[in-house]
Amino acid sequence: MSRFFDRLLGRDQKSARQAKERMKLVLIHDRTDLTHSAMEALKDDLIAVISRHVEIEPEAVRIEMAQDGREQRLIADIPLRTVRRRRVG
Amino acid sequence: MAGKVVTVTSGKGGVGKTTATANLGAALASDGEKVVCVDADIGLRNLDVVLGLENRIVYDLVDVVEGRCRLRQALIRDKRLPELFLIPAAQTRDKSAVSPSDMIRLCDDLRQEFDWILIDSPAGIERGFRNAIAPADIVLVITNPEVSAVRDADRIIGLVEAEEKGPARLVINRIKAEMVRRGDMLSADDVLELLAVELVGLIPEDENVITSTNRGLPIALNGKSRAGQAFRNIARRLRGEDVPFLEMADETNIIGRLARWFRPGGN
Repeated sequence: MSRFFDRLLGRDQKSARQAKERMKLVLIHDRTDLTHSAMEALKDDLIAVISRHVEIEPEAVRIEMAQDGREQRLIADIPLRTVRRRRVG
Repeated sequence: MAGKVVTVTSGKGGVGKTTATANLGAALASDGEKVVCVDADIGLRNLDVVLGLENRIVYDLVDVVEGRCRLRQALIRDKRLPELFLIPAAQTRDKSAVSPSDMIRLCDDLRQEFDWILIDSPAGIERGFRNAIAPADIVLVITNPEVSAVRDADRIIGLVEAEEKGPARLVINRIKAEMVRRGDMLSADDVLELLAVELVGLIPEDENVITSTNRGLPIALNGKSRAGQAFRNIARRLRGEDVPFLEMADETNIIGRLARWFRPGGN
């Protein structure tokens, strides 16, 4: 019965799907040799460097690795802080 | 004649390298090609038993490399296929007895005599693996639809590229159609998407592989076996033919078995 509810609530994820999602992440890290903590350090450095030039939202910065065939790509999403326009007059 | 060297490797052990080497050898030889299978798994010799030739061994790979016999003396002819030969691994030595340049020299000699030189690589990524891929023209990576085998295959594909022997080609072995259908096994498409390399073979799980190995008869010579058919198809693809991939049909229930009878061409 609990399986039925799990399924109803979409919690019963098929094991092959889980395997695939897990492998995607594992392979990306294996291929690039970048650990989770190395990624965090990279992110902090990026934030520091970019902040010297423009104002950004440090908490909203996202860095991730994406797969393109057998090539890996680092994708950074860095939202800029909205500069409120001062009303003239 | 300039033969092609095909190395069969996987990273992980137990995924079917030796079975694949024996069966590709048998399939190519039954198509009239002259083939030698070389067991590069020194210290863990097995290709001889899978081919049913374990009683004929006099000299081995290390004897050839160390000059204790001539190349011809270490070549064992298959019982059924006169065009199929084996060079067995040494059982009492270790991988350091052979170097990558020894393998390149050996294969250069074999290329003069044979159309195909198939090398059965040991598991792992150390010396034995490097020996096995050093002379390769084509590298086949065997994997199973299972997380540890896929991860190791990915690592091996990367190493093959780094050694400039790439791109490796992929064989997915032991696919259980019924589990894939239930969503409990990675499908061939899933594995291909993860590994992003060219596919050359899909082999269904087939109990006949064990029974034929028990007898020392390659399953590729069994016309009725689906796994045997899959190996013959890989052999034809290696020869440059464009062969469609087998449907990984579910044959655990009566409908699946009936469907197989009505499929055009049987497989």
